[in-house]
Amino acid sequence: MSNGQSERREMTGAEMVVQALKDNGVRHVFGYPGGAVLPIYDEIFQQDEVEHILVRHEQGAGHAAEGYARSTGKAGVMLVTSGPGATNAVTPLQDALMDSIPLVCLTGQVPTSLIGSDAFQECDTVGITRPCTKHNWLVKDVNELAATIHEAFHVATTGRPGPVVVDIPKDVQFAKGFYVPPQIAPRTSYQPKVQGDLEKIKAAVELMAIARKPIIYSGGGVINSGPEASHLLRELVDLTGFPITSTLMGLGAYPASGKNWVGMLGMHGTYEANMAMHDCDVMICIGARFDDRITGRLNAFSPHSKKIHIDIDPSSINKNVHTEVPIIGDVGRVLEDMVRLWRATAKADKKALYPWWEQIAKWRARDSLAFKMNNDVIMPQYAIQRLYELTKDKDTYITTEVGQHQMWAAQHYHFEKPNRWMTSGGLGTMGYGLPAALGVQIAHPDALVIDIAGDASVQMTMQEMSAAVQYKAPIKIFILNNQYMGMVRQWQQLLHGNRLSHSYTEAMPDFVKLAEAYGGHGIRCEKPDELDDAIMEMISVRKPVLFDCRVANLANCFPMIPSGKAHNEMLLPDEATDEAVANAIDAKGRELV
Amino acid sequence: MNAQHLQPTGSAYFIAKETERPENHTLSVLVDNEPGVLARVIGLFSGRGYNIESLTVSETEHEKHLSRITIVTRGTPHVLEQIKHQLERIVPVHRVVDLTVRSHEFGQERPLERELALVKVAGTGEARVEALRLADAFRASVIDANTEHFIFEITGKGSKLDQFIAIMKPLGLVEICRTGVAAMNRGSQGM
Repeated sequence: MSNGQSERREMTGAEMVVQALKDNGVRHVFGYPGGAVLPIYDEIFQQDEVEHILVRHEQGAGHAAEGYARSTGKAGVMLVTSGPGATNAVTPLQDALMDSIPLVCLTGQVPTSLIGSDAFQECDTVGITRPCTKHNWLVKDVNELAATIHEAFHVATTGRPGPVVVDIPKDVQFAKGFYVPPQIAPRTSYQPKVQGDLEKIKAAVELMAIARKPIIYSGGGVINSGPEASHLLRELVDLTGFPITSTLMGLGAYPASGKNWVGMLGMHGTYEANMAMHDCDVMICIGARFDDRITGRLNAFSPHSKKIHIDIDPSSINKNVHTEVPIIGDVGRVLEDMVRLWRATAKADKKALYPWWEQIAKWRARDSLAFKMNNDVIMPQYAIQRLYELTKDKDTYITTEVGQHQMWAAQHYHFEKPNRWMTSGGLGTMGYGLPAALGVQIAHPDALVIDIAGDASVQMTMQEMSAAVQYKAPIKIFILNNQYMGMVRQWQQLLHGNRLSHSYTEAMPDFVKLAEAYGGHGIRCEKPDELDDAIMEMISVRKPVLFDCRVANLANCFPMIPSGKAHNEMLLPDEATDEAVANAIDAKGRELV
Repeated sequence: MNAQHLQPTGSAYFIAKETERPENHTLSVLVDNEPGVLARVIGLFSGRGYNIESLTVSETEHEKHLSRITIVTRGTPHVLEQIKHQLERIVPVHRVVDLTVRSHEFGQERPLERELALVKVAGTGEARVEALRLADAFRASVIDANTEHFIFEITGKGSKLDQFIAIMKPLGLVEICRTGVAAMNRGSQGM
């Protein structure tokens, strides 16, 4: 890691920043210059080991760094100036916090002598970002700068990963001091527990061995733990013969083509996944956190099961759902022990699981992701299905924005590998997908990177098309354009008597012309029989593409667990008549805020 | 308005009713004494909607830069467990001990808790004499006085301080300053 030359060398703070980035293995930084970071930009200018990607808005830098991190497993790095630069970084910081993405954000700050004086472009960056980071630092002494940046990388990437901010006043960037290389000397108060308690793992294996209606519920923690964890998860599923479902964040850890896969669970998960969660006798939660989009009505959540919960963050245990066997540790390490113990002690009685699998097959036969095809209008689900069929054999990465298109993508695009699916799960940030795609493409220049977008979300960070053109990043923005904020409209139909308050976009840009204005390539498709050719055109263009896919305007996303309902009270597509939708929230719903 | 014809509105969030009873617990939190550490701790409480009944903080081990924060908080056992784990997530936090839980493990009702108060009482004549007599009964000491006032220093459990202050009210109470609770468990073991 550290090269000999950098040992205790005297240099300026700005030089230290660049040296520390190099020493932490950083190849790309996403950022936007400004007064308080000019010395760092001057250093970046004078070297070419660390490449800087100039975005058009600091939020874009953050999401690009998130996409970069999620697709590589490394920390994403963003560099912004003080004041508005830092405040614009808040959304991606909170996004990364909720989805456990390692993100290192370096912010410029006004000189130490001006801090607190309401100086130009001053804000209390560490104060503002304190609740939306895992940790943050204001560095007032140049001699602490290098060690702080190294510690920032350590905190961001270890334990439960997350965003960190290092705020660097301008005078500290100019000041000279001694550089120290990265050292493995973590502070004593920060010691994440990675190895699971063996007794607990033993208890879990014993419980699993006698399960007759088991289910594995895996999440983003498996992806964060690294490719080996996904490999071990597959091994565990094969050994036990258990069915497996996953959260939105965990898609790809177990392949969608795997025979034990029952689809995603939760509010827009499959009927079989949610019913299996509800009826199971043993639930093995691996790197997920019983989020409210997963559990539905808590007091009706999987009422008859014993629950095993593997998580690196002790605060996730028993937060929402009581767990019989909590195992605190890194998913990869725990799975390693679990697989070894299962091999040594338990014999998979796969015959005993036959009735359970038969039951699951009955649920699956309900075909909960079905939709009515239309020969004149492109159904959004059909668009995703065709996109999947035409890109599945390529080196494809998918990002999304937030809304109906995101759920359709999760339902109808099937992931075989981890790190291929970048989406804003916890925070639900519209505008995440386009810059995230840019970040993924920078990390994987030869891959096919597609942002499955909605017409409303994509306009929130559209300006990053310009960055994509500048860096010749041929990202494909596949917009399911229904002229509505579809998910908002769907909820207004469900919860607010179909009063569509401000969810229709009356003025929409011409996305084809917009693409051309940015120097990209625009495609419009309105007919189902033209879709395949249009998608093939999108794939073949070596330029950023805006694909305006005109889809059925009023399609809704089903199946769905309506408000305050349990897993076994899903609204299925064939039952979702206008009347059923309008009455999905019963009298009990009134009690809810 | 035809509001009554409109459908009721709802939410996707299920708000569970709390069935457990809230309890007062005293937490000891050992932290690195660095800028912003107190803001991290109290920001966690305000951000996640936890209660702070009392808070004291001071550096306790200068050479190791360690401070000890004592927080009296109120919540259901489930919430109290969350508070402990959430505090432990804060990077400069070394240890969190729920002193109340620990004292129960030792078969005691509660940890040792003490608080100090400065109480200023002004008056003349009978009230002044009575204030001094009561202060003596409470083992409060006089740390400042002239012919028109006393400042008493009183140490003890919160309930004792409450009582003393209540008694001083009709005797010319002017102002009060309380330190908040300092606490530790009985016995030879450290936190």
